[in-house]
Amino acid sequence: MVVGFSKDTIEVRELNEITAYNKKQMLKIENLHASVEDKAILRGINLEVKPGEVHAIMGPNGSGKSTLSSVIAGNEDFEVTNGNIEFLGEDIGELAPEERAHKGLFLSFQYPVEIPGVSVTNFIKTAINETRRAKGLEDMPANEMLKLIREKSELLEIDRKFLSRSLNEGFSGGEKKRNEIFQMAMLAPKLAILDETDSGLDIDALRIVANGVNKLKSADNAVVVITHYQRLLEYIVPDFVHVLLNGRIVKSGGKELAFELEEKGYDWIKQEVEV
Amino acid sequence: MFLRNNFNSKMAYTEEELKKELETKEYEYGFYTDIESDTLPVGLNEDIVRAISKKKNEPQWMTDWRLEAFSQWKQMEEPEWANVTYKKPDFQAISYYSAPVSKPKYQSLDEVDPELLDTFKRLGISLDEQKKLAGVAVDVVMDSVSVATSFKKTLGEKGIIFCSISEAIQKHPELVRKYLGTVVPQKDNFYAALNSAVFSDGSFCYIPKGVRCPMELSTYFRINQAGTGQFERTLVIADESSYVSYLEGCTAPTRDENQLHAAVVELIAMDDAEIKYSTVQNWFPGDKEGKGGVFNFVTKRGLCENRAKISWTQVETGSAVTWKYPSCVLKGDNSVGEFYSIAVTNNYQQADTGTKMIHLGKNTKSTIISKGISAGRSQNSYRGLVQVHGRAENARNFSQCDSLLMGNQCGAHTFPYIETKNKTAQIEHEATTSKIGEDQIFYCNQRGIDTEKAIALIVNGFSKEVLNKLPMEFAVEAQKLLEISLEGSVG
Repeated sequence: MVVGFSKDTIEVRELNEITAYNKKQMLKIENLHASVEDKAILRGINLEVKPGEVHAIMGPNGSGKSTLSSVIAGNEDFEVTNGNIEFLGEDIGELAPEERAHKGLFLSFQYPVEIPGVSVTNFIKTAINETRRAKGLEDMPANEMLKLIREKSELLEIDRKFLSRSLNEGFSGGEKKRNEIFQMAMLAPKLAILDETDSGLDIDALRIVANGVNKLKSADNAVVVITHYQRLLEYIVPDFVHVLLNGRIVKSGGKELAFELEEKGYDWIKQEVEV
Repeated sequence: MFLRNNFNSKMAYTEEELKKELETKEYEYGFYTDIESDTLPVGLNEDIVRAISKKKNEPQWMTDWRLEAFSQWKQMEEPEWANVTYKKPDFQAISYYSAPVSKPKYQSLDEVDPELLDTFKRLGISLDEQKKLAGVAVDVVMDSVSVATSFKKTLGEKGIIFCSISEAIQKHPELVRKYLGTVVPQKDNFYAALNSAVFSDGSFCYIPKGVRCPMELSTYFRINQAGTGQFERTLVIADESSYVSYLEGCTAPTRDENQLHAAVVELIAMDDAEIKYSTVQNWFPGDKEGKGGVFNFVTKRGLCENRAKISWTQVETGSAVTWKYPSCVLKGDNSVGEFYSIAVTNNYQQADTGTKMIHLGKNTKSTIISKGISAGRSQNSYRGLVQVHGRAENARNFSQCDSLLMGNQCGAHTFPYIETKNKTAQIEHEATTSKIGEDQIFYCNQRGIDTEKAIALIVNGFSKEVLNKLPMEFAVEAQKLLEISLEGSVG
């Protein structure tokens, strides 16, 4: 989060070279505007995420939450009309979605798609090896892959049989979301955006998914949780909460803001903004 | 329409009709044109048919058989029921015989079309094989030649005959004469009749009683005898309790100046025998504007005696126009027919393909799994017939036809025909049509998989049930081929 710097800290920063500082910047979004079919949805988003942080973005339906995650991931259905997105100190605005993924950006989809005939294992194997190839690495050796799959599926309490099923085909809501987090665990991204991961989950699945995310958290990666309710935030505790309204972040605060929203709804913020 | 045109021949499956087909008719010799040149003049008439037969040094019965086919062909009309449109070939403008090219076309790989070489490379074809396939002179002893030699030795020890059909006519006339035309009679259809009259060459295979062929038989091993021309004829006979797996074609792109290909394949599986016939076809489909490309009008049919089994597996990616229905006549009781197909059409390709399962015997079973993939402006049709005759107690069929569309300008069509004259028959038909969605592509992209790879993944998933039926090495190549065939088909 942006906190004002004293003059002293700025001098220290200059001494330590600005590049070193930039590396510590995970995601930096400035004045981001995006539209779909000429309809403006994002109207000037500013957001900074540093390694080790968990951010929650909350907001009522239609406020632009999912659009924000799609735009960060590079979905070409949306047109970025202004502003920029920096990821690990690099402007990623012109990069294809897969190139952003190769850099360590992961999006857990609100509605994961089905790919018939492609098993969970085959899919994740392809994803990992395509990412490795993009970095000039050899494919992951089969035994290493197997070990990783075993480790991560245990972490998320995933049955081995599940891994041979076609990707998301006939999966329950809970299985789909768990599969998303399984993929996240396998790919070990720098930044994970969880788009409404809690929707469609019963309380047990929610606990498993949240535990998984918490175990994967470290000082080097960051998580952005997009949610409508604060339910998930009881398990994945955010450092910062942002309220998105009509395509803008209108209020930011600590985790207590989530509780306040749960209690009072969004109307008071709307009124505050209008004032 | 489909039935009328193609199923006149079903009468020929009765014993009586089969015998009739086999009767040799004494024809007067008549005169023939003695032509010494390596290529016959364009046009088709009795003299040309005689000349082809003479060129190949065939016995009289073979010449007569061809002439009979020719006289039937003259009375037939080109079929129009298929869901394809094309300019009909002028049959009098084709030369029906060219001596196999023995001289290399090129002196080095540098002279070969780089696009073709690039495709070879991506299919993982070795340099020597690339030369062979492109028609480059080869000055080293190639692996495959020695492979072919030891291969022939192993087969010989088991009593298996595997040679060109021309060689079989010379060396095993009793077998050829007994079985040729018994499954696909000369007058079966327009193109089968044409093929019967003028077939240039093809393959012959005989597996003796109780022998399990120890390796996949592949025309690839016969490539030194390639250049079989546009009218290929294949006859595979599996004697009682024998087994053979036969691979036809090659994943390597085949460029051919001949626009019209009309092949006939006949399979005979005697009691308790099993034939697995796999095809990968990748003939020139025409360019992106739909110019050029091969017309592929093929008749493939197998006959199953008691407890016999025939499986057709095909991966069709080439040709401008495809017209092909590998079929099974389940004549014997408890016999089994299977058809697994992937047909890919891109750009302006048109395919009308499927199968016919004719249940004649009791407790006969058939399975049809058809996967059509259309991209570009292509049209892809599945056409299939399941026919259960009165005597076929407890016949079973399961059909599944899935279509996958890419983009908004292609078409997928399904024409299933079911006819049953027995109340105990159980027939199931399932069909689905789906589209590769932008959401699927984006999902893959987000996981680090680029669009080309994503399409390949989705298509392979869609085709998995059929790819699984191919012999292992063939399946790997076919998978790559699907990838290449669909390159650039989505924005």
